Amino acid sequence: MALLEASDVHGGYGGMNILNGVNMAIEANEIGVIVGPNGAGKSTMLKAIFGLLKVSQGEIRLRGEPITNTAPNKLVHMGMGFVPQEYNIFPSLTVQENLEMGAYIRPQNFRRMLEQIYEFFPPLLEKRRQPAGELSGGQRQMVAMGRALMVEPDVLLLDEPTAGLSPLFMNEIFERIKTINAAGVGILMVEQNAKQALAIAHKGFVLAAGQNRFTDTGEALLNDPDVAKSFLGG
Amino acid sequence: MNELVFFINNVVVSGTVSGSIYAMGAIGVTLVFSIMRFAHFAHADMMTLGAFVVLLLTTLFPEVGGVVGLPSALLLLPIAMAVTAVAAVGIDRTFYKPLRAHDVKPIVMVIASLGVTLMLQGLIRLFAGTGSESLYIAERKDIFRIELPFELASRPIVVTEPQIILFVFAIVAVVSLHLFLSRSRLGKAMRAMSDNPDLARASGINTNTIVAVTWVIAGSLAAAAGTLLSLDVAFKPDLSFFLLLPIFAAAIVGGVGHPYGAIAGGFVVGFAETLAVFNWSVLLRPIRDSFPEWLELPSNLALVGTEYKIVVPFFILVAILVWRPTGIFKGKVI
Ligand SMILES: Nc1ncnc2c1ncn2[C@@H]1O[C@H](COP(=O)(O)OP(=O)(O)OP(=O)(O)O)[C@@H](O)[C@H]1O
Ligand SMILES: [Mg+2]
Repeated sequence: MALLEASDVHGGYGGMNILNGVNMAIEANEIGVIVGPNGAGKSTMLKAIFGLLKVSQGEIRLRGEPITNTAPNKLVHMGMGFVPQEYNIFPSLTVQENLEMGAYIRPQNFRRMLEQIYEFFPPLLEKRRQPAGELSGGQRQMVAMGRALMVEPDVLLLDEPTAGLSPLFMNEIFERIKTINAAGVGILMVEQNAKQALAIAHKGFVLAAGQNRFTDTGEALLNDPDVAKSFLGG
Repeated sequence: MNELVFFINNVVVSGTVSGSIYAMGAIGVTLVFSIMRFAHFAHADMMTLGAFVVLLLTTLFPEVGGVVGLPSALLLLPIAMAVTAVAAVGIDRTFYKPLRAHDVKPIVMVIASLGVTLMLQGLIRLFAGTGSESLYIAERKDIFRIELPFELASRPIVVTEPQIILFVFAIVAVVSLHLFLSRSRLGKAMRAMSDNPDLARASGINTNTIVAVTWVIAGSLAAAAGTLLSLDVAFKPDLSFFLLLPIFAAAIVGGVGHPYGAIAGGFVVGFAETLAVFNWSVLLRPIRDSFPEWLELPSNLALVGTEYKIVVPFFILVAILVWRPTGIFKGKVI
């Protein structure tokens, strides 16, 4: 049974449809990567899965259980974490308070998880008393991912985790994502750096105009000349 | 020396009194704004409502305070705070929540709160009449005269019992609020929601709970501020009329959405008011002899007459919106 599965998902903002029948599925322990041009509906798809957007048709299932249009705070309890593309931290809260909010629904795990996150993202330990809004882009991204990891999710949705980062930080974040995945967390992420992302992906989904254009393993998509020509810049 | 005592009595004491009241009101305005993103115009009426509940209870049990040697009104205040907190949550559930569910623009919420203002004012007048009533029903207001140990100071510093209660209460309220917001899980979640409501929801924070907690804090602080003011002066059904502008000015001066700013803003507005109506001529009297002959010292030298005190917060409001719309502490620009 797939960990996370979406079939024929339609939806959009206030009547205007952005998603016109999207299908995707990832198994436990897999990384799924969504790529596609700007405005294809990649972020919209993640929001639809996380209940931030009304799905008008189709079904989304977590471990086989239907979760279509379930409220985000319920999904967190069911083991799903989400790191939005923008506004993904609490800027006036300190780094540690951001992480504490991540563990809001599991306060008993807070101390243990906090230690793990600091071990995983060492720069955050140093900055733990600083307001998260004052950190650099890469460190903010660590706070954002750290916050989502605090509940020990089974599946993590990441929207462009490397956007705006220097190549050095970018590689570091990709490494972290691989480590998180190796620890048993399923990942569904949107990425602009398509080649690098598909290289670590088990499954790849190329979206355009709110529909799947190509769906295959990451490796197959990377080597597909059609995909390369139209979506990976040659 | 007596001039200094005059200054302390008329500026330091009364500025601190108004400042504490405004601060407690402004905290509510600012918290409601930071969580629900609208200017809650009915806030001053929640202050009146709290004081009205105390008046009602004190009329029913005028003697309870005698048991512990405190004014009955003060002893009954916690009940009124609870009643007002419940009323605030109820008003939210009945009038504001359905609008929020429809994702209306903030201006619609503001208009709804104006409606609540009119409704509360009508209700209070229906029961309390239009005259003013003292909250000291069965007891007398204690007045403390502190004699200064200087030969030249023949006049005492005058502080009343309700003023001392007010100072103590305001300090306790501010410290507890600070501890709540910075230490407790719920307080942090409140700040988180103020920062980023969507992310708060995505973290599993139940935003309905946060909204309710906000109303409980805002409502009970409003009740306390309204009651302590009425205890110092008298209960008036149109109290809110004199409070609305100063508490909004205080919230904006401090930076909207910033609780510590609201406290600072409350004192800025409170002191600005008392300094503006203070008779400066009294302070100049000792050096009157050194003035040139043609300069006659007028007997009253205040910036504005007491009856026009309300223009002071208005001017502060205009000035801050022109020069520093984010307030002292950077708040959200509205
Ligand atoms: N909150 C919103 N309200 C209305 N329309 C929106 C909203 N957010 C996005 N859209 C529209 O939906 C379409 C898809 O947007 P989406 O953010 O999903 O694209 P994307 O694939 O994530 O693009 P990008 O690579 O730029 O992040 C776009 O046309 C966008 O203008
Ligand atoms: Mg996007």
